[in-house]
Amino acid sequence: MSQITHLVGSRTYTFAGLRDLLAKASPARAGDYLAGVAAGSAEERVAAQMALADLPLTTFLNELVVPYETDEVTRLIVDGLDPVAFARIRHLTVGAFRDWLLGDDADGHALAAIAPGVTPEMAAAVSKIMRIQDLVLVASKCRVLTRFRNTIGLPGTLSTRLQPNHPLDDASGIAASLFDGLMYGSGDAVIGINPATDNVEQVITLVGMLDEIIARYAIPTQSCVLTHVTNTMAAIERGAPVDLVFQSIAGTQAANASFGIDLALLREAREAALSLRRGTLGDNVMYFETGQGSALSSNANHGVDQQTVEARAYAVARAFQPLLVNSVVGFIGPEYLYDGKQIIRAGLEDHFCAKLLGLPMGVDVCYTNHAEADQDDMDVLLTMLGAAGCTYVMGVPGADDIMLNYQTTSFHDALYARRALGLTPAPEFHAWLRDMGIFTGDGPATLGRSVPAAFQRALQLP
Amino acid sequence: MQDLDPWQALRQLTAARIGLGHTGISQPTRAQLEFQLAHARARDAVHETLDTGTLHAALTEALAQAWPDQPAPLLLHSAAADRHVYLQRPDLGRRLNAPSRERLCALGDDTAQEAPPDLALVVADGLSALAISRNAAPFLQALGMRLDRSAWRLAPLAIVEQGRVAIGDEIGELLGAKMVVVLIGERPGLSAPDSMGLYISWAPRVGLTDERRNCISNVRPAGLGVTEAADKLCWLLGEARRLQLTGVRLKDETGAGSPPLAAERRPFLL
Repeated sequence: MSQITHLVGSRTYTFAGLRDLLAKASPARAGDYLAGVAAGSAEERVAAQMALADLPLTTFLNELVVPYETDEVTRLIVDGLDPVAFARIRHLTVGAFRDWLLGDDADGHALAAIAPGVTPEMAAAVSKIMRIQDLVLVASKCRVLTRFRNTIGLPGTLSTRLQPNHPLDDASGIAASLFDGLMYGSGDAVIGINPATDNVEQVITLVGMLDEIIARYAIPTQSCVLTHVTNTMAAIERGAPVDLVFQSIAGTQAANASFGIDLALLREAREAALSLRRGTLGDNVMYFETGQGSALSSNANHGVDQQTVEARAYAVARAFQPLLVNSVVGFIGPEYLYDGKQIIRAGLEDHFCAKLLGLPMGVDVCYTNHAEADQDDMDVLLTMLGAAGCTYVMGVPGADDIMLNYQTTSFHDALYARRALGLTPAPEFHAWLRDMGIFTGDGPATLGRSVPAAFQRALQLP
Repeated sequence: MQDLDPWQALRQLTAARIGLGHTGISQPTRAQLEFQLAHARARDAVHETLDTGTLHAALTEALAQAWPDQPAPLLLHSAAADRHVYLQRPDLGRRLNAPSRERLCALGDDTAQEAPPDLALVVADGLSALAISRNAAPFLQALGMRLDRSAWRLAPLAIVEQGRVAIGDEIGELLGAKMVVVLIGERPGLSAPDSMGLYISWAPRVGLTDERRNCISNVRPAGLGVTEAADKLCWLLGEARRLQLTGVRLKDETGAGSPPLAAERRPFLL
């Protein structure tokens, strides 16, 4: 590891290599203090940011934050780098990279062209010297389209994952929340249930139920039961109609091992899902969730700061052409993101880094009851993400997830963001909402006043 | 002017906040303030402290019925001194403080001649002391009625203040137990401030991570009942002992899913 020094006034700050520099350049964050890698003072933090800005991007190819020999995620990052894409930015320092990203030449096409040449560590590094408005502005220029039964990520759209969880996986309870969500225009990213238990039979029952509902009402969307990848593979083997394969992923081999996965297993799962050929518009069959803090919580962060190791998870995601990726930003708890300010910054960093790497990034705008955060913080983050072109957010009845015991965005919240920012759902789903009479008028989101005929029969309403 | 949702009758099917109505596309005032109240209560629940005296008495009584030959529960404390430290230092919540560790070491020395226990039960406050004070004793009674006493040699029950899940691994290791089950208060949700989780580790020792554990969550009167939870735990304990492992390679195959889903596979939308 080469030492890096930076002079601020009369004081010289010394950093023990890239890993230390990245950590100390990170905005103040509970998880980095917990890991013992944060800057010791506010001035040291800015000194680190200044030193980082002077660093050539080529440094990131020569100095790895997690060893190549012992970590398959590092090998994926290094071996997977597109040299042609990287050639467009290889002359830049981190600071000049920020200037280029914000410049008028860096339009959507230019950003898409460099994406395969950006490593997670480069993305994390440049984000550390960006303000929130920079993270929003650059991300809003990145467009990533994915398809299964509809088109996700078009400019001017904001999709939602309808999350009709129930603490007992009760079929009618799930259906009631699902119906409520559809009536509020939610569910174009995916209708995704977090099951209460990992029982494979239960997973199969839930997958079958979602499949039947989507088919019966011809909803242009896809379903997912968010269980361990091995359970989904078992369900596929038993003939379950699986649309998307879900898995939580992290940024190091050891953290992934703590989830009971590796890259080979993900490859196998993707092949299994592709073999079902259930996508009508495209074959993006994977759905990944990530979140700052997971590597540290499994003692698998290798001394790398929380955000950088999180960005490395996006390299894992990128290798599997996912339909959706989701940072569950405020879910893990205050020991990693202490309050609303830290959650807001982390959500926007995650979204920026993933978009820069070319991923269909959504954010679970959320918090737990033991964090110092509330609905006002969530409104700020949601609005900023909407402006940043976030691919999708969650939709849960009244923002209260009764299974996972946390607060995320409500159906109403998503409609607020769509209306305030002039955004629509995915076009195929939007057309369905209008055909059903759930949305009326020409605006992006105006609710109809009656229950659609197709649903009235199910509800047996007068 | 707010619009009501004509499907409000569906609220009887779920505790979720459905059918809230809307004004424009926003939540009506009443729904918004009800949410704020629930959040305020959950915040208060996080900071509530465990009444160890009352819990100790309740668990002693539950043990006396289920396992008459068991000693009184041990009272232990994690290395996190208080709630403030606990919330920011999960590493401290996963380890015992020095006096607690010494106590268990001494106990281990005393019983070194005996056969190692098959199972250590640990009760920890976690993020909801309320969950533990409501659910731990009834659950232990239910478990006592189901677990074959002759087949499972129990270590002394441990009650831990300011504990996280992994503290069970240290306790199990010090007690020399083959397996540990941690009963812990889950983080309070708006609708569920009293959910208890059960975490099972084969061959507990410091440093185990989540892929080596199985979990049964949402044990509470309005969630998974203590009887069903005890049945499920007994099945998992048996399988764990047969396979000599817990974690992602031990799948919950307790038959046809949870009863509500099996009993009613056709919701109203189909």
